[in-house]
Amino acid sequence: MTQNEAIVENGAAERVFRRGDDSAILRMSESEIQAYKPLDDRRMVVNMGPQHPSTHGVLRLSLEMEGETVLRSKPIIGYLHTGMEKTGEQLSYLQGATNVTRMDYSSPLFSELAFSLATEKLLEIEVPERAKWIRMLMCELNRMSSHLLFQATNGMDIGAVGAMIYGWREREEVLRLLEKITGLRMNHNYIRPGGVAADLPDGWRDDTLRILSNLPERLDDFDGLFTGQPIWHERLQGVGVINSEECIALGITGPLLRSTGYAWDLRKDIPYLHYDQVEFDVLVGTYGDCFDRFAIRLNEIRESMRIVYQILEKMPDGDYRIQDKKVTPPPRTRIDESMEALIHHFKIFTEGFKVPAGEVYVAVESPRGELGCYIVSDGGPKPYRMHIRGPSFTNLQVLPHMLQNALVADAVAVISTVDPIMGEVDR
Amino acid sequence: MTEEEHQDSPETETSSVVPDGEIMYEVPVSRSRGQTVLHPNRDQYVETIEKLSQDGFKVCIDVTAVDYLENPERDIPGSISPERFEVVINLLSHTRKERLRLRIQVPESDPVIDSIFDFYPGSEALEREVYDLFGIEFEGHPDLTRILLPENWHGHPLRKDYDVGSIPVQFKEAPGAG
Repeated sequence: MTQNEAIVENGAAERVFRRGDDSAILRMSESEIQAYKPLDDRRMVVNMGPQHPSTHGVLRLSLEMEGETVLRSKPIIGYLHTGMEKTGEQLSYLQGATNVTRMDYSSPLFSELAFSLATEKLLEIEVPERAKWIRMLMCELNRMSSHLLFQATNGMDIGAVGAMIYGWREREEVLRLLEKITGLRMNHNYIRPGGVAADLPDGWRDDTLRILSNLPERLDDFDGLFTGQPIWHERLQGVGVINSEECIALGITGPLLRSTGYAWDLRKDIPYLHYDQVEFDVLVGTYGDCFDRFAIRLNEIRESMRIVYQILEKMPDGDYRIQDKKVTPPPRTRIDESMEALIHHFKIFTEGFKVPAGEVYVAVESPRGELGCYIVSDGGPKPYRMHIRGPSFTNLQVLPHMLQNALVADAVAVISTVDPIMGEVDR
Repeated sequence: MTEEEHQDSPETETSSVVPDGEIMYEVPVSRSRGQTVLHPNRDQYVETIEKLSQDGFKVCIDVTAVDYLENPERDIPGSISPERFEVVINLLSHTRKERLRLRIQVPESDPVIDSIFDFYPGSEALEREVYDLFGIEFEGHPDLTRILLPENWHGHPLRKDYDVGSIPVQFKEAPGAG
């Protein structure tokens, strides 16, 4: 951490962020943008998106351009806003995971985990050991699939269309395993308050090992396709540079922060589940450019594989959910013979379980950064307020600073390596 | 935790185990499930933020709000009078690996609070989101406009008096559907 401290003490983050004319952010409302009269005829405001293949869904940017150079820019979001935090107030804690899982659709298990950990902290219950290890296994598999998806879309955005096929193929292998375990490829609703939805199915260990043994070779293919390739270097190195002080001032987390050389990973620094019992390295970059962000994500897949190997060794036997009748529905067979079990079953699925009043904030390290969940309970069966702190939402603030004085062709590379998931941005 | 203990917990208030009158950074403190929560006054909270940002809490992780319209009771220190809105700010210190939460009461009659943009430029989008969804204004924010909803939207959806609404669905086989 001494290196981290030195980085922060070293520089002043003040320079571009204070209000001023040299700001990187185009602070204009839509009507103002339409009425924008440029100072000279080489300046103009160009609209990019929301329907653009490289904008990862529906991100829209207003770019103030001089020739081909971007001066100021403004991300305009909200096209996927469906009021999921409001919906979360209408759903019980048991149903809540189905809601949050739809936020970050490329790494859904992390939202479920944050929501479940927050609920369990309010309930003051501790899930069984096996449930914790299953959660870790699922999250690391999900991190792999999410970073593989990034390899696919990033390659495609930058013009290496072949990468899309490779990335998608490897991701599908992981998703197939997730489907076998949870029943769904995405939006799993697998991690729930009290544990996980079901125990691992027969043959899960062999399937996991098969993925782990196939993947290193495929990752080497990515290295061959990208890492040492001169065109790839030309497109990414030195593009969209950001430094640690700027990242910290803007609240940036995840691979973006680590690409600047700042080692911060919640799994290592504020461990949750059993991340303090597994060995892995926090990968950092050097220059904070697009290439570092790409390389960190590629190599984090290898680190996740390392963690999964250790999880396979340490997976204990036991229960996969807490045997607390107020939180966990009784086994199906008990319902036929026990009146009490039937009552508990009925209460949990109609009214839901009650959570003591209070408020907590719990954060986990998602593939995009710190994913937090803030829940306020009034003692009833539904959260009084449920807020998800999506890493993509905060990370998007970095775009104007990265894009300032960049070429418009580089904008696509920058957006791509920031890797925002719009479902999580807009919620 | 055994079942009996768990059954008891809703009645016995476990979260407010604070020795009354605990003070940190000259501000009353409470603990919520082991997490430290500061309760500064709306008028002075920027000074608290300034102290915290100099004391290692360099990252503003999250800014959000809660509308306590339907649930006026909450565990806050006795010296703080509850108001309808509460702005919640989550800070993080990388060097100390600690989190702090600030809860600031904001009255319904005057939903205005100072912006912390000057200390944490990263609060910009977060404050805009709170403004958009709760209608709480941040004084000194450089660009306080709606962020998630369209500019011409009426109302602030995360307020408790904003109805969820419903869309009438006509089933084909319903009586009288023709």
